[in-house]
This record gives sequence, C-alpha cells and structure tokens, in this order.
Amino acid sequence: MGNVLEWINSNQQVIYIVILMVFVGIEVIGRVPAVLHTPLMSGANAIHGVVIIGAIIVMGQAKTDNYLALVLGFLAVVLGTLNVVGGFVVTDRMLEMFRKKK
Amino acid sequence: MELNLLTLCYLIGSVTFILGLKMLSNPATARRGNLVAAGGMTLAIIGTIFLYTNDDGEKLGNYGWIFGGIAIGALIGYLSAKKVKMTAMPEMVSLFNGMGGACAALISIVEFDHMDFAWSVVPGWHAMVVPGWDEDFASVSMLNAVRGHLLIIVVGLVIGAVSFAGSMIAWGKLNGKVRDFSFRGQHIFNLVVLGIIFALAVYLIGWIPGNSGLIFIAIVVLALLYGIFFVLPIGGADMPVVISILNSFTGVAAACGGFLYDNKVMLTGGILVGAAGTLLTILMCKAMNRSLLNVLIGSFGGSKAGSAGGAREQGSYKEITLSDTAVLLSYSSKVFIVPGYGLAVAQAQHICHELEKLLESKGVDVKYAIHPVAGRMPGHMNVLLAEADVPYEKLLEMEQANEEFSTTDVVLVLGANDVVNPAAKTDPSSPIFGMPILEVELAKNCIVNKRSMKPGYAGIENDLFFRPKTSMLFGDAKKVLQELVAEIKNL
Repeated sequence: MGNVLEWINSNQQVIYIVILMVFVGIEVIGRVPAVLHTPLMSGANAIHGVVIIGAIIVMGQAKTDNYLALVLGFLAVVLGTLNVVGGFVVTDRMLEMFRKKK
Repeated sequence: MELNLLTLCYLIGSVTFILGLKMLSNPATARRGNLVAAGGMTLAIIGTIFLYTNDDGEKLGNYGWIFGGIAIGALIGYLSAKKVKMTAMPEMVSLFNGMGGACAALISIVEFDHMDFAWSVVPGWHAMVVPGWDEDFASVSMLNAVRGHLLIIVVGLVIGAVSFAGSMIAWGKLNGKVRDFSFRGQHIFNLVVLGIIFALAVYLIGWIPGNSGLIFIAIVVLALLYGIFFVLPIGGADMPVVISILNSFTGVAAACGGFLYDNKVMLTGGILVGAAGTLLTILMCKAMNRSLLNVLIGSFGGSKAGSAGGAREQGSYKEITLSDTAVLLSYSSKVFIVPGYGLAVAQAQHICHELEKLLESKGVDVKYAIHPVAGRMPGHMNVLLAEADVPYEKLLEMEQANEEFSTTDVVLVLGANDVVNPAAKTDPSSPIFGMPILEVELAKNCIVNKRSMKPGYAGIENDLFFRPKTSMLFGDAKKVLQELVAEIKNL
C-alpha cells in the first residue's frame, strides 16, 4: 500500500496527463460521422508516430561502439519516420478527395 | 533556455495533436486538422533532435544516423503513400501502423539492453542493475524504481510487438496474401500464449532473474506470435476494426515511451490515440451493429465452416444482357447504385459517375446507397466516389437509402456482396447475422454486377442472387459499365 501511494505521489504529473488525455481523446472524436472513420483512423495512426521521438533519443544516446543499439535504433528511426510521414501523407490524400465535392 | 524551448515545442506539439484530432472529426476542417497535427509533429521532432539533453545535460549525438534514418523513412513513406492506389489505402494504413508498433518495440529492446544486466547470465549480478547501484544503498524504493522502469519497457515491448505482428497480418489479409486461418481451440491457444507472456513478465520484473536476457527474448517471440494468431482467424471484412484496435495499441506503446523518457509529447500523443482509437473501434463496430467481442471471438473465419459448409439449396440465378440492362435503366425513373469493393478494385468510379450523368440527362433520378462498411473500410466508397467528382448529395447513407428502396425501379449493385446479403436479417446461423444491410430487394428490380458467382469477402453465399427480382450481370465492373454507357448512348 505504501509503495503504491509513493508511486502515485512521485508520478502524479504523468498520472494526471494520462487520465485527462483519455477523456480528451474520447470527447474530441465523440461525434465523428461514419464517413470520416477511415481518415480519422489514419490521422490517429500518424499521430502515434510520435514514438519516433523515443527512437531519436535512443539513437542519439547510443554509444558509438554499441552496434546493437546503433542498428536497432537506426531501424527504429526509419520505421518511426515511415509511420509519421506515410501516415500524414495518406491521410491528406484521403481527405483531398473529400474536399473536392465542396 | 534550450530545455525550456524544447518544453514549449512539446507543449505546442501536444496541443496540435488534440486540435488535429478534433478537426479531423469534422468534414469541413478535417484536412486542415491533419496538417495542423503534422506541423506539431515536425516541430516536436526537430526540437528533440536539436534541443534534447539527457539528465547529465548531454546533447544527442549520432546525427548522421538520425538524419540518415529520417531521410530514408521519409522518402519511402512519402513515395509509397503517394503512389498507393485508393483501393489499397487500408493496407497502407495497416502497414504504417505496424511500423509504429515495431518502432516502439525496438525502443524497448534497446532500453532493456541499456539496463546493464540484460545479457548477463551471471547469477547475483543484482548489484549492476542500475549504474551507480551500491548494495549498501540498495533500498526498497530503488529496487521498485528499477522494477517500474522494467515494467514500462516490457509493456511497451509486448504491445508494440503485438501491434507490429498483427498489423503485418492485417496488411497481408487485405491485399490477399494471407488467407483466413483458424484451428480448433485457437482462442484457448491465444489465451495460453497471453498467459505465458504475462507469467514471464511477472517473473522477469518481480525476481529479475539471472537469465533475464533469455526471458526477454522469449517475451518478444511470444508477443509476435500472439499478434499473428490474434489477427489470423478474424475475417477480412472485419479488418478495419482490427486495424483500429491495433492502432490504439500502438498509441499505448508510444505512451510507454513517453513514460520511459518522461516525455510529455509522446505521452499525450500516445494516450490520446489510444483513447480515441478505442472509441473509434467501438463506433466502427456500432456501424456494423456488432459488438467488439463478437468481432474478436465470433470471427468470420472461425464460424465459416459452420454456415457456408451446410450447402443449402441455392436454386438458380438468371443472367441479364447488357442491352436489356441499358433499356431497363434508361426507362426507369429512379435508380440506386450500390457500390462495393468490386467497384474499387476495377477502378470503375469514373465510368460509374459517367453512367450516372448519362442517366440523369435522360431524366432518371440516380443516387448512391452507401453502406457504412462497403469496401474494405468505413468511408471507403465515399472517398472513392468523391475522387470521381460524384456530388456529395447523391450519396445516401444506409438508413435513408433503405427508406427509398421501395419506390426505386432498379438497384444496380456494383461489386458489393455482403452488405446486401439478406442472410444478415433472416439467417441466425450466418456469420454476418445482425449486421444492418441495404435492403435492395425492396426495389422493383435488382441488377447485380459481379465478376463471378464466387462468394464475397466474408466467404458466405448470398441468397439475394437467387431471388426472383434479381438478375446477374457478370464481368469486370469497369468493362461492364463502359459497355453499358455505350449501349445507353446508342438507344
């Protein structure tokens, strides 16, 4: 019990963010029309590409003689960038078609 | 100063993600929303590269590797996203999602490696768990901190790996490379695998054993395996839902990275997508009138043997010629077009629009009936028809269309199958029972264009084709429509 309380206390900022973001995430897309499900999913897909930042940090901190970290980190950066760039471009292409009809 | 600047970058990034998602859920602002989020992402990435410092105040190194990786990833990502056909869009999303999952898993692997003890098999090396660890100092809270760190690494790894493997399978299924596959007791097998992963994780974190490296590898392998077997039995028609789930998984995996580096933008972005993705999954299921559990457990593939195997009396179907179709359509007063995946595959959206204009010029009222899950993804048909400049007002959603079918002369079904299958209403043993359908049989005539009599993506027979009011018009959608347009012009 003490452990848990201590953990909550030392991570309270993070816990607040998580809880608030869960609600924000749900609220924000609550009334999306079915037509936009696919683009929205694709857009969300691009946003979780933010994991690239972790990859960059891993890569940037890898020791130059630690080949495992270098190779895996490099791969992570490539894949993360694919996720971000590909995700946003695909979403844009989908939405481009929606715009024309206006 | 620089660190404060980075905090600002992350703050702006987080806000753009929220705004972006908000704008994405409204047709009028969707495209701008995507750009807003992309802008915030760019800012956060550039900020990280140039401003990030670790606890010791050191900046990032290995710029060559970082920029090289970004350049390669950006080039491949951009080109493949630009080149992909509209029909293959869903696969592409799945593929990119898998990349994100793999990225999260790789981060966890490297971070695990950073915890010095990782590959050591020497017992009693506890003392090396954290740099600067001293047995005298070894307080409970420090050990707990290590455990917390390890927990986040393992969670990120498992979710990331499941998301990666699952997305790859979903990708393979959507482009037809991977077939549905299930075996007896698959759900139990999956649960067992999940149980083993959980047990290994508890052992690893709770006891931090000497052979932790091996256990870690075992967890990686099992998580990949679980991802594969999680998606394999789920029918192709349900892939959008699966991709949406995996999408939110990857979001959570990204958030684990945020925990690991105490990085607020990763945390916000990840959790945001995790929550929104989960809700979106539920919304998609609702659009199909099925529960999430039903999609995951009562998979199309799994129950296929039960219903399709009981080869029922099908009766015979009748074919209709092009010229008859042309006459029928031209002298109708109200025509509905029901587009499906066949239309997308044949890239027939433009010629379809041409047919619609031609008929309109003859005074026929032509509309489209869009089933929420027609095609391979919700909204697939809307995107496709919008590409061909079909006016928005002509696209009717399922409920509206169903109200109008009874006053319709001809329904032209173009490459759609499961979404017009009456079994969804009448046959409780059908795997798609309960899914709302377009009730095309209410119309006076129904012409179905298909390439052959083969069942649709869900792999089930369609009674509609054998109904007396239905006529079949075989052939590739594009070719048939071209000939049909020529035929109508000649009338």
